[in-house]
Amino acid sequence: MKIIVLVKQVPDTETKVQVKPGEKAISTDGVTFVINPYDEYAIEEALRIKEAKGGDVTLISAGWDKAAEALRTGLAMGADKAVHLNDPAFLGGDAHSTAVALAKAIKKMEYDLILCGKQAIDYDNHQVGVRVAELLGIPHVAVVTKLELQDGKAVAHREVEGGSEIVETPLPAVITAQKGLNEPRYASLKGIMQAKKKPLEAKKPADVDAAPNEVGQAGAKTTVLTMTMPPERAAGRVVEGEPEDAAKQVVKLLREEAKVI
Amino acid sequence: MSFQLTEEQESLRRTVQKFAEKEIAPIAAEAEEKAEFHREIFEKLADIGLLGIACPEEYGGAGLDYSTYIVVVEEIAKHCLATAVGLGVQNLPQIMIDRFGTKEQKEKYLSPLSSGKKLGAFALTEPGAGSDASSLKTSAVRDGDGYVLNGTKVFITHGGVADIYLVMAKTQPEKGAHGISSFIVEDGTPGFSFGKVEKKMGLRASPTREIIFEDCRIPRESLVGKEGDGFKIAMIALDSGRITIGAAAVGVAQAALNEAVKYAKQREQFGQPIASFQGIQFMLADMATSIRAARNLVREAAYLKDSGQAFSHVAAMAKLYATDTAMKVTTDAVQIFGGYGYMQDYPVERLMRAAKVTQIVEGTNQIQRMVIARNLLK
Ligand SMILES: Cc1cc2nc3c(=O)[nH]c(=O)nc-3n(C[C@H](O)[C@H](O)[C@H](O)COP(=O)(O)OP(=O)(O)OC[C@H]3O[C@@H](n4cnc5c(N)ncnc54)[C@H](O)[C@@H]3O)c2cc1C
Repeated sequence: MKIIVLVKQVPDTETKVQVKPGEKAISTDGVTFVINPYDEYAIEEALRIKEAKGGDVTLISAGWDKAAEALRTGLAMGADKAVHLNDPAFLGGDAHSTAVALAKAIKKMEYDLILCGKQAIDYDNHQVGVRVAELLGIPHVAVVTKLELQDGKAVAHREVEGGSEIVETPLPAVITAQKGLNEPRYASLKGIMQAKKKPLEAKKPADVDAAPNEVGQAGAKTTVLTMTMPPERAAGRVVEGEPEDAAKQVVKLLREEAKVI
Repeated sequence: MSFQLTEEQESLRRTVQKFAEKEIAPIAAEAEEKAEFHREIFEKLADIGLLGIACPEEYGGAGLDYSTYIVVVEEIAKHCLATAVGLGVQNLPQIMIDRFGTKEQKEKYLSPLSSGKKLGAFALTEPGAGSDASSLKTSAVRDGDGYVLNGTKVFITHGGVADIYLVMAKTQPEKGAHGISSFIVEDGTPGFSFGKVEKKMGLRASPTREIIFEDCRIPRESLVGKEGDGFKIAMIALDSGRITIGAAAVGVAQAALNEAVKYAKQREQFGQPIASFQGIQFMLADMATSIRAARNLVREAAYLKDSGQAFSHVAAMAKLYATDTAMKVTTDAVQIFGGYGYMQDYPVERLMRAAKVTQIVEGTNQIQRMVIARNLLK
């Protein structure tokens, strides 16, 4: 079974996000970057399928030079090879143009199954996996917490409001991973040492038959106008007095001043 | 030698950091308070290959150098010194058996140790022989095709939980240090038992115990190296162990500094964060500077060892400086936390208690100074 996993490198969840005035993206100074946590579930699932049924796992990421680190980490976990869409033309994209770049690259590859995280924790678009499926003309199941493979098809359990839904889909398909799908392994020491010997191929737009203006910022359908930090929380206010009067006063303030009730 | 970690070392560091944050940090404080040893942590470390870092690949290890090993030790020590010391205690018998053992000994013991199926321990210290290790009294008398051991060792890390003990005993007492030999003794051998479990000031998640030999018969194949090589083997082990303890001390110190910086920014007195006071800033600056110097010294010692150069005196300097730094930095961290630092609700008092033991084990810091001076004056 040939499995492709979409991987995005994102700022660590512990990062104290900062936006410099006038900038339209977060500042990367002093930020540590990690594999998007939902993509880790996708990688783990791919590795488990490979271990159970044989096959190989290819990671693919569109991103700056540094994104190669995320791919190496995935290789250290046990993936076999990686493709890095690494060119300025691929950068600054939105969910659409990123999906275009990935789908174009995937079209040139062999696959039975595509896995990815249900969302990336930086921009939280929840879109790329599903868009890739659409662009490739294959089915998808999103927000999956359990996956079973049978001959030529997959049975996926997905979270829906208040319960779960079980979906059967023919393969190839895109499955987007939700927390709970599995517990991702740590890269082992041996895995880390082997990772540097595994193929990590860098590709330019021409390599994937993409015109530079259909990927990255040029191909984006959305434009970020401004990016600002949320306003600092104002200090709280203490209402003094006897509890009974104070409670009345608080209700009044909530209604008239804060307008929340 | 470069000041920068290699790509693999950095990748390993990040993995160990994540492992330590997720698997060790949540249980470290309670394990310390209740003096609980967590065998499963060592199994998890083994799963990702960290118990056999320096062991050759043919025996299941990763065959990596000390420069890489110390990166792992420091990361783990940031969250739990007991686990970092445990890693060192697991590593020592492996590198000693690899270097001095026979082919049969390597085949028999290295894979179980590097894979964590068995835990190792290193037994040198005795009630009457601490710093003056060569005055040890435990005897190993030739008898038929084996040896009979008699004597007591104290303060043995992982005593009682380990399976394989590298034990120093005298085969020829009249020859002093040259009469010491080194043996592998397996748990369960008749005549081998465990005594008092020490109640400690810190490092409580790491069991420290007395081990006792009473007419304990071991086969001839238990001898590591030649008869009379024991003291040399022990000293070589300690040279390497000192690099480990130095790296662990750097981890402890770094953890204390991280806590102190965080706290100093949050805690307000006189209407401003205490970090705005120069008195606090200078303390933080000194802490950061000595930690950096200590780390570089530890790395230099590892580099010298890895490149086959004389490193004993630099390992002693690294151990001395890093552990004194850990003591100073953790004490200052408690100071920065004020009264809260003295309370168990915050991690810095635990780090301070942890730092203390690093000045004692693997040769006290007085002994390190002796080693350094002897090298200068020879
Ligand atoms: C938690 C813990 C774990 C340990 N684990 C192990 C283990 O796994 N295996 C093992 O074999 N041992 C272990 N030890 C023992 C440790 O190595 C010894 O405690 C250490 O070597 C000091 O010996 P001592 O305690 O007998 O102190 P002593 O040697 O009695 O020293 C007392 C004091 O005198 C000083 N001193 C001694 N000689 C001189 C001198 N010539 N000049 C100046 N000052 C001197 C010392 O520096 C110290 O300050 C452990 C100890 C501890 C606390």
